[in-house]
Amino acid sequence: MMDFFRYLGAGTRKSFTKLGRASYFLISILTGIGSVLVRPRLLLKQLHSVGVLSFLIITISGLFVGMVLGLQGFYILSRFGAEETLGVMVAASLVRELGPVVSALLFAGRAGSALTAEIGLMKATEQLSGMEMMAIDPIKRIVSPRFLAGFLSMPLLAALFSAVGIIGGQIVGSGLLGVDDGAYWSQMRANLDFQGDIINGIIKSVVFGFVTSWIALFEGYDAIPTAEGVSRATTRTVVNSAFSILGLDFILTALMFGDN
Amino acid sequence: MDIFNSSQDSLVSVHNLTFSRGEKKIFDDISLEFERGKITAIMGPSGTGKTTLLKIIGGQLFPNRGNVIVNGRNVHNLKRDELYTLRRRMGMLFQSGALLTDMTVFDNVAYPLREHSHLPESMIRSLVLMKLEAVGLRGARDLMPNELSGGMARRVALARAIALDPMMIMYDEPFTGQDPISMGALVLLIKSLNTTLNLTSIIVSHDVHETAAIADYIYVLSEGKVVGQGTPQEIQQSSSEWVQQFMNGAADGPVHFHYPAKEYMDDLLHSEKPLFSRHRPSNDRTAKRRRYS
Ligand SMILES: Nc1ncnc2c1ncn2[C@@H]1O[C@H](COP(=O)(O)OP(=O)(O)OP(=O)(O)O)[C@@H](O)[C@H]1O
Ligand SMILES: [Mg+2]
Repeated sequence: MMDFFRYLGAGTRKSFTKLGRASYFLISILTGIGSVLVRPRLLLKQLHSVGVLSFLIITISGLFVGMVLGLQGFYILSRFGAEETLGVMVAASLVRELGPVVSALLFAGRAGSALTAEIGLMKATEQLSGMEMMAIDPIKRIVSPRFLAGFLSMPLLAALFSAVGIIGGQIVGSGLLGVDDGAYWSQMRANLDFQGDIINGIIKSVVFGFVTSWIALFEGYDAIPTAEGVSRATTRTVVNSAFSILGLDFILTALMFGDN
Repeated sequence: MDIFNSSQDSLVSVHNLTFSRGEKKIFDDISLEFERGKITAIMGPSGTGKTTLLKIIGGQLFPNRGNVIVNGRNVHNLKRDELYTLRRRMGMLFQSGALLTDMTVFDNVAYPLREHSHLPESMIRSLVLMKLEAVGLRGARDLMPNELSGGMARRVALARAIALDPMMIMYDEPFTGQDPISMGALVLLIKSLNTTLNLTSIIVSHDVHETAAIADYIYVLSEGKVVGQGTPQEIQQSSSEWVQQFMNGAADGPVHFHYPAKEYMDDLLHSEKPLFSRHRPSNDRTAKRRRYS
């Protein structure tokens, strides 16, 4: 019994010290961002591997999610004779929720895990120590550019996801199911609120991008420098990112849309 | 020996250093001096902490007690910027090479130059080619690190370590994985770097003969202590059993081939099962990393 509590205590202490390390790490990353800005080439390279290489998965997933929304929305709305509002339904679901959340989950799986594995392997092969001994700060040169790239890419990827999804909904809605094409777009334009829907969706994806990039880079940097350690860190990145994204989504939604 | 005296002719002095990893004491109150312009070797069985010592000197690990003075400055009291400034003048050759895997051999050697100097690209190119020529790998400049053999990677790392013309270099096992020809060339290179550039060198090595041939002074470490020191001749004639065993490569003697463990038969007969297997003791990484070489 005592052992159980001791185990619990040790576990709690470990989580807190890890949180402390993660916070300290975040501060170092943020202070390193200045030096990334004077070296745009480092950033561009990372924007390519973190952002651009995620385009395909985001586009395809967005298309399918939008098409499913078109189908589901049509069946429900047509029961109330409100098929014309399909555009609003698809767009609002995407912009408010599915765009930021699903693209962040995909981003964590596609780019986050890759970041963790890359940083973890660099640590395991002493590349990070090697840089330190050459008096080159690995946080400034390796970690901060990746963080900035992740942070900047996420809102763009979420926007891409939503845009493609809206087109997917339109393909199914007006192409297959016969919703009036003009109604699809005009209802959407009339009823989607810039402040309430679009801005809030962007805020969500900015938060998710920040948190996912932070988790991915920290797990890599904090990984036990062995093959097994890196593989576990990669798993933790995906799991912890998913939890954080979904948990934060609930909190943000409650704060943003709670009063209307 | 007091600090004032030693820092005059020593570039690096280690005073009363104690360092532990978890429960395990790696160094127990050791003191070493590395003289300017000389080649000092550190020898000792695998796992005694030779790499650890280099990392402490480089300021990557912090001692529990004692201090390390490099060029008159206490490494572990320096502010971050000061430490980084000092490190520019300390080359280190990692055991694994530690090359950056996403750039070519050429870019790896050019990397510290591009980061720390404002030289024009044409100048950097000539410098890099000179350094690569010195290690015999000018022709390999366009290869990626994963296309190199272990011995080649270490030579590229050496070229990178001397790129900034440091005042000292720490070599971690430079001879491992080299064929007799490149081994001979490396020995000459290290020696000539030392004499022509007046570099201070610290060599960690198992290769008794090569090291004895170029070292001016040798420390033999074992189980956290300095068990022998002196010029190569003195070491060879040392009466210490430890030193003799190490220099002659005898499997039996005061230095153990085995990582500390309980009695062999005990271990075979009794299996152990921790109550909570997820609660990993802090030193289990140590156990995994044990190496027999
Ligand atoms: N990251 C680490 N965590 C815990 N213990 C470690 C770690 N790195 C090394 N050790 C332990 O420290 C001791 C010294 O390791 P070190 O790498 O310095 O040995 P070494 O003398 O360089 O050996 P070799 O000649 O095999 O390279 C070893 O017993 C090792 O188990
Ligand atoms: Mg070693």
